[in-house]
Amino acid sequence: MAGPGGDMQWCFSQVKGAIDDDVAEADIISTVEFNHTGELLATGDKGGRVVIFQQEIENKNLPQFRSEYNVYSTFQSHEPEFDYLKSLEIEEKINKIRWLPQKNAAQFLLSTNDKTIKLWKISERDKRPEGYNLKEEDGRYKDPNSITSLRVPVLIPMDLMVEASPRRVFANAHTYHINSISVNSDEETYLSADDLRINLWNLEITDRSFNIVDIKPANMEELTEVITAAEFHPHQCNTFVYSSSKGTIRLCDMRASALCDKQSKLFEEPEDPSNRSFFSEIISSISDVKFSHNGRYMMTRDYLSVKIWDLNMENRPVETYQVHEYLRSKLCSLYENDCIFDKFECCWNGNDSVVMTGSYNNFFRMFDRGQRRDVTLEASRENSKPMQVLKPRKVCAGGKRKKDEISVDSLDFNKKILHTAWHPQDNIIAVATTNNLYIFQDKVN
Amino acid sequence: MSEEVDGTRTAEEKQEMEDKVISPEKAEEAKLKARYPNLGAKPGGSDLLRKRLQKGPKYFDSGDYNMAKAKMKNKQLPSAPTEKTEITGGHIPTPQDLPQRKTSIVASKLAG
Repeated sequence: MAGPGGDMQWCFSQVKGAIDDDVAEADIISTVEFNHTGELLATGDKGGRVVIFQQEIENKNLPQFRSEYNVYSTFQSHEPEFDYLKSLEIEEKINKIRWLPQKNAAQFLLSTNDKTIKLWKISERDKRPEGYNLKEEDGRYKDPNSITSLRVPVLIPMDLMVEASPRRVFANAHTYHINSISVNSDEETYLSADDLRINLWNLEITDRSFNIVDIKPANMEELTEVITAAEFHPHQCNTFVYSSSKGTIRLCDMRASALCDKQSKLFEEPEDPSNRSFFSEIISSISDVKFSHNGRYMMTRDYLSVKIWDLNMENRPVETYQVHEYLRSKLCSLYENDCIFDKFECCWNGNDSVVMTGSYNNFFRMFDRGQRRDVTLEASRENSKPMQVLKPRKVCAGGKRKKDEISVDSLDFNKKILHTAWHPQDNIIAVATTNNLYIFQDKVN
Repeated sequence: MSEEVDGTRTAEEKQEMEDKVISPEKAEEAKLKARYPNLGAKPGGSDLLRKRLQKGPKYFDSGDYNMAKAKMKNKQLPSAPTEKTEITGGHIPTPQDLPQRKTSIVASKLAG
């Protein structure tokens, strides 16, 4: 994280979304994801809409304004539905977006709500044909008797139009709510995980899906844990992991058997039984799991911490970072207001040296693994002057509060940063508050 | 804990120290139990999980759902108080129990 001359500094770049405090539910951002090159940034919201931003490399003469993300495409991905059998509403909220690696001129992404996954094709059109023989320019058919000569239509340039079209709909494979999707490195298959099952799909085939994990007990009274997240290994197409509400991660090898109910590896940190409390299991529930880019580590996020696991060591994480330990003495109220069930995500930077996750009061945290340093930053409109450097924040856990510190009791628990994303190569990050998307970049000296 | 030599402390002294250093988590647990004496002993057990599996309000039928959708604009009905000991579904919801859904604005404000 230390650039030439010391500590890295993060600067405000852009903020997207409405300024007003009255947030419409549909505008709540529910997922943020860069594509594989970082050129495109997609967001999904509670209203089922996807907005894609494209990085435009600015004036090369101004090195400090390296790039800006502008709206590239927006579409309604999912609509609300009603499950007639169970008399339950199926929310249109986009739970996850995952990009496919680019193979041709078009871009593809998978977006999912609780029940249905869709493959969207985003393509550009910058030419249109002109000079048809049988049709007028406005589309009306010509009187065939008036046609006396034959001409070849030509393609003429037009204003760029970006079109999104649903190419596949993968439906009716999940009884429970989908929490994760993950594209395999083979670029042909992907997995979708709900609370109790994980399915394997071929991107071309929508009417069939293989169930690869099923943890539903025969008797639902015996239910003790649910699946919270799942991801394919970035390079090994046979390997995936899934995390549970009990704080365990299971690594599975699809070569071992068709149904991967028996894990190849079980990652679990032993707990001191004398420390166990009512809240222990709830706060150990893993809300996100992400492989490192190099495929040697994985990161998990539970309520209070971020843990880095070496895939070769199952009995404990190699690194543990406290995100907001001061909340441990507030668990009672956090349980009462349901905040204890908030699902924070986490992400790696491009070279796996820094990890990032969100917190409350629109704070987000970064942990530099090599430098053993961490920082707390804030996404707020007050710090949104162009290229304004973000000042580190500090929370005072108790005792005497210093001048710039914020006390735990002043934290706004409605301002939560659940979704963050890091550009795959550069130091550009996207941080979602409730209904705004902030883009920060490192200060180029 | 200024003295760090374990073996020399008496059992009484150790108990005293333990009583003073109650983990913050256990203190919070005590607070919760004081407020909700009916709370079950198994927090991560099937009750909590099953509630999680069925998220969202339950409607009586599709007509109920469509009526709730139709009454969207500017109406904020109080949502049912969360019961920490029961799972919903035991009673037929009345309009007062259902949280109102606001209309989705067609274009996302992020794209504005």
